[in-house]
Amino acid sequence: MAEIIQEEKAKGGKKKAKKHAPHIDMTPMVDLMCLLITFFMLTTAFSKAKVMEIILPEKITDPNQKQPAVVGSRTVNIILGPDNRVFWYPASVKPEDYNNLPPLNETDFSAKGIRQLLLERNRTLARKIADFNAQVTSGKIVLTQDSVRGSISKLKSDDDTGPIVLIKAYKKANYGNFVDMLDEMNICGVAHYMFVDITWYEEKMVETAITAAPTTPTSPK
Amino acid sequence: MPKIKLPTKSPSIDMTPMVDTFCVILTFLMLTTTMRQPEPATVDTPYSISEKPTPDFNTMTFLLSNDGKVFINFDNGPDTLLKFRPKILDEMGKRYSIEFTDKERRDFEKYPSSIGVPILKMKDFLDISDNKARKAFQTGVPIDSTDNQLAMWILCARQVNPNIQACIKGDTKTEFPVVKKVLDILQDKNVNRFNLITSLEATKINLEEIQK
Repeated sequence: MAEIIQEEKAKGGKKKAKKHAPHIDMTPMVDLMCLLITFFMLTTAFSKAKVMEIILPEKITDPNQKQPAVVGSRTVNIILGPDNRVFWYPASVKPEDYNNLPPLNETDFSAKGIRQLLLERNRTLARKIADFNAQVTSGKIVLTQDSVRGSISKLKSDDDTGPIVLIKAYKKANYGNFVDMLDEMNICGVAHYMFVDITWYEEKMVETAITAAPTTPTSPK
Repeated sequence: MPKIKLPTKSPSIDMTPMVDTFCVILTFLMLTTTMRQPEPATVDTPYSISEKPTPDFNTMTFLLSNDGKVFINFDNGPDTLLKFRPKILDEMGKRYSIEFTDKERRDFEKYPSSIGVPILKMKDFLDISDNKARKAFQTGVPIDSTDNQLAMWILCARQVNPNIQACIKGDTKTEFPVVKKVLDILQDKNVNRFNLITSLEATKINLEEIQK
C-alpha cells in the first residue's frame, strides 16, 4: 500500500542510478496511528447508560373516582428516610390510631435488610418465577425470550399472596434511594408495588423514629 | 572453513499489513465513537440491575442535578432532517412571544448538551458563542407553579414529536422533592411512563471516577 514498487526493467541498456524501490519509513505513521487507536478505544462509550422503566398510575382528576382499595393485611409500607435510612411498617394505620401511632421498623438497603424482608413475604411468587426460569433454562419448556417475559408478567399479575408494597418518600429522602427501592422490587420480583405520597401521620412516625434513634443502629454497609 | 557471512543489511520488516489493519481499526473506531458530551452539571446516576438500553431517539431527558436544578435535552428525532429541536424552540418562542433568528435556531439545534436556561434569557444565551460565558446562563429551568416553564417545554416537545418518551437522569443525591415535582409536572401532562437512566450495577466504575 504505502510501498511503491517499481517495475524493474529487464531490458538491457543504461543502468539507472536507483536500483532499489524507494522505502518509505512508516514508523512515525504507525506510531501516530497507535496513539489514535488507543485514544479512540479509551474514549468510546462502550457501555451505554441503561434505563429502568416505571409506569405510574394515572392521576385521579375526577373527585368522584376513588383510589383503588388495597388489602390491608398484605400491605408493606416502605418509607425512605433521610441519610439513606429506610423504615417500614406492615398493614396500615387506622384513623383511630392517629394519636397512638405504631413504631416504625428500621432496615437498610443491604441484601440482608430490605431484600430479605421482601423475599420472605414474596416467597411463593419468587419460587414460582424461579421454578419457571429453571424449567426454561433446563430445556423443559421451550419458549422465545419474549414469551418468557410475558409468562413471568402473567405469573406476577395472577399472584395474590405476595406483598403489596407502598413506597413513600420522606421529604429529605434522595433520588438514589428511590431508584434503589424500585430496583429492589425488580430483584425480588414483587408483583404489586406502588409509589404513593407520604401522609402526615407517616411523616410524624418518621420524625419520632429519627428522634428515638438519631443514627443508624446497624453499622453502615 | 569459510565463515558464515552475516547479512550486511539490517532486516526490514514489511509493515504494510500492520498499517492496513491499523487503518481499518482506526476508521471503524472513528466512525462508531460517540463523544461523551459534558453535561452542565455532573450527575452520578444510581445503579440498577436493569439491562434495557437507553433509547437513541424520541427522547426528552430531564437532568436533575444534586443542587435541585433541572436541565432539559431533546433529540432531533430518528432523522436529523426532522429538526425536532429547533421546532420545539419555535413552539416555545410562540408561547412566550419570542422570535428566534435562523442562527439562534441552528445554535439551539447544534448545542451538544442539556440546557437549563429560562426561556426569557434563551436569546442571550444562544447569541453568545463562548462556551464559558454560556455556562453562567445555565441556572436551571424554572419549575415553580407560577412560572412553570418545564411544563411548557414538555407540552411543546409533545406537540412537535408525539412519540417522545421521558427520560429522567437524576443524581443519586438529588433531593426527592425535586424529583417528585418533576414527576408531578409530567403526570399533569399525562406522561405516565418514565425511563430512569441508571448505570448497570456490575460496572460501578464510570469515567468521571477514573478521571479524578
